[in-house]
Amino acid sequence: MGTFIVRRILVAMSVALTISIVSFMLLHLSGDLATSIAGPEATAEQVEQIRVDYGLDRPIVNQYLDWLSGALTFDFGRSYYYQSTVIDLIVDRMPITLTLGGLALALAVGISIPLGVLAALKRDTWIDRLALLFAVVGQAMPSFWFGLTLIVVFAVTLQWLPAAGSDGWQHFVLPAIALGYYATPAMMRLTRTGMLEVLESDYIRTARAKGLRTGSVIFKHALRNAIIPVVALAAVELGFMLGGSVVIESVFSLNGLGQLAWDAISRNDYPVVQAVVLIIALFYIVLTLLADVANAALDPRIRTR
Amino acid sequence: MSRLEVNNLLEVKNLRVDLPVEAGTLHAVRGIDFHVERGEMLCLVGESGCGKSMTSLALMGLLPRKSRLSADHLQFDGIDLTTLSERRRSDLRGARMAMIFQEPMTALNPAYTLGNQLCEGLIRHRGVSRQEARERAIYLLERVGISAAKDRLNQYPHQLSGGLRQRVMIAMALMCEPDLIIADEPTTALDVTIQAQILRLLRELQQEFGTAVIFITHDLGVVARIADRVAVMYAGEVIESAPTPALYANPAHPYTRGLLSCIPAPGKTPPGSRLQAIPGVVPSLVGHVEGCAFRNRCPQAQPTCEQTPPLMSLPGDHRARCHYADRPVPVPLQPEMSS
Repeated sequence: MGTFIVRRILVAMSVALTISIVSFMLLHLSGDLATSIAGPEATAEQVEQIRVDYGLDRPIVNQYLDWLSGALTFDFGRSYYYQSTVIDLIVDRMPITLTLGGLALALAVGISIPLGVLAALKRDTWIDRLALLFAVVGQAMPSFWFGLTLIVVFAVTLQWLPAAGSDGWQHFVLPAIALGYYATPAMMRLTRTGMLEVLESDYIRTARAKGLRTGSVIFKHALRNAIIPVVALAAVELGFMLGGSVVIESVFSLNGLGQLAWDAISRNDYPVVQAVVLIIALFYIVLTLLADVANAALDPRIRTR
Repeated sequence: MSRLEVNNLLEVKNLRVDLPVEAGTLHAVRGIDFHVERGEMLCLVGESGCGKSMTSLALMGLLPRKSRLSADHLQFDGIDLTTLSERRRSDLRGARMAMIFQEPMTALNPAYTLGNQLCEGLIRHRGVSRQEARERAIYLLERVGISAAKDRLNQYPHQLSGGLRQRVMIAMALMCEPDLIIADEPTTALDVTIQAQILRLLRELQQEFGTAVIFITHDLGVVARIADRVAVMYAGEVIESAPTPALYANPAHPYTRGLLSCIPAPGKTPPGSRLQAIPGVVPSLVGHVEGCAFRNRCPQAQPTCEQTPPLMSLPGDHRARCHYADRPVPVPLQPEMSS
């Protein structure tokens, strides 16, 4: 298990390095940064001045190495737009995104796995149909629309919860529901399919032949095997919620990382864009790593592979 | 019911298993009778699809969800299995009746250690401590011929070969000292050399522990010879049952005779000669089967065989479901040679 984890960490680090190179290059290939920072009315001299000031006149490899050596010490430079360092902006926004993503995932896991197990056990009954309907609705409904509906019902009409802001836990309830429901259907379906498959397997028949109690057969023998793909999916879903929840963050006016990235892109605030892309990539990498480790803990065959 | 029957460990009368399929109802088991005495080994022989596996699952209460079971009589040690609640049934499973499956590669849960899977049944049924259960597991693993048994407890199924896994399955079945073990083709998936070892082991353990065994197989050659009695199944019915020597000496049903003639015998079958086969295929068991199910493949079929044959009793606890089990087949109608 130890060597397995070390090997996975080395792979994860090389992936992170690759992502930083690719994203750096893409940003610099997307056009002349100096021109877009200077704006349409700038003169050629002003553009040249910006190019020199921001160090954009140097070879791209040098620019990347400078940026990388800074990034290794969490120094991503200063924002072009805000009067602060990039790392301060990220540290400021991160808790909001983490809270939202964590709550949404907890909600999604807490609903999708029990519901998936129940649907599989009650296959082809009205309970199964109802669970599938719940999943189809979740998949078909755009999350911004569901978010707005939640605001209309619970914030405007019933006035139970606030519609916008991020001051207390109450502010996270509605966005977490909106984001969590978005992640639920895929996980629920995967749990259901996995359970149906595992319940038909020979080793479940063996467990039943031993006279084990139904609870032990379902939760000890079946769920542990059925859940393995769900763990990997949950990691990807959480990565998405941490990085891609721009829509939900803007519907509920939460100033998280997604919002920061969106603003930075529209303002040509490249140091921020670059840093947020890397941070989000790191989220994915860490989550995938955690999912791998969790799966290895669940399935001994992965460990020895 | 006579006194004698009460003493039997397992008593099966008119057991039926129906499965709904797209084309209608599949009558997988069509009213079979048999019994198992305490400590004896009964061999249930038949080709694929004859209902032998369904019979074993019916006995264990592990039939597929949609199947329907009915029986005039299905008693295990005096307990009526047909009316038993699922909860009481699970108290019997693993404790008093255990099962060994055909596929050792998939019958063990890949996520748990062998120790965990060996012990859980004993802990569930007897309420012993984990330590006591592990000691019994080590004892039985050694007994089924697994070396370094103590270390094996911490291994996972994928670290073992098929033969070893089947030994583990046998040890697992013995954990609670059951009265009956149902072994459903336990050697079919194994190499021939391993097959013989496993077979010998099962027979030894059965005699040592006095466990009754229902051994299910399609192999009338070697396998059935280790049993005390043999019941031959065809198309969802038991068509012949007899003590093993009687069955081999005097097979009464044409199907049994056909099966026996399919086995090449060293010294008797000339090298290079064609192997025998029973022509034709097993009839579909979807819908109602009229008359003798074997008549289309039977070399001695007569017009009488359109009627369902009764189970004929022959001397020496020998029964066969054939109109001609106890009398010679009438001379076949030969075309007139001269007229």
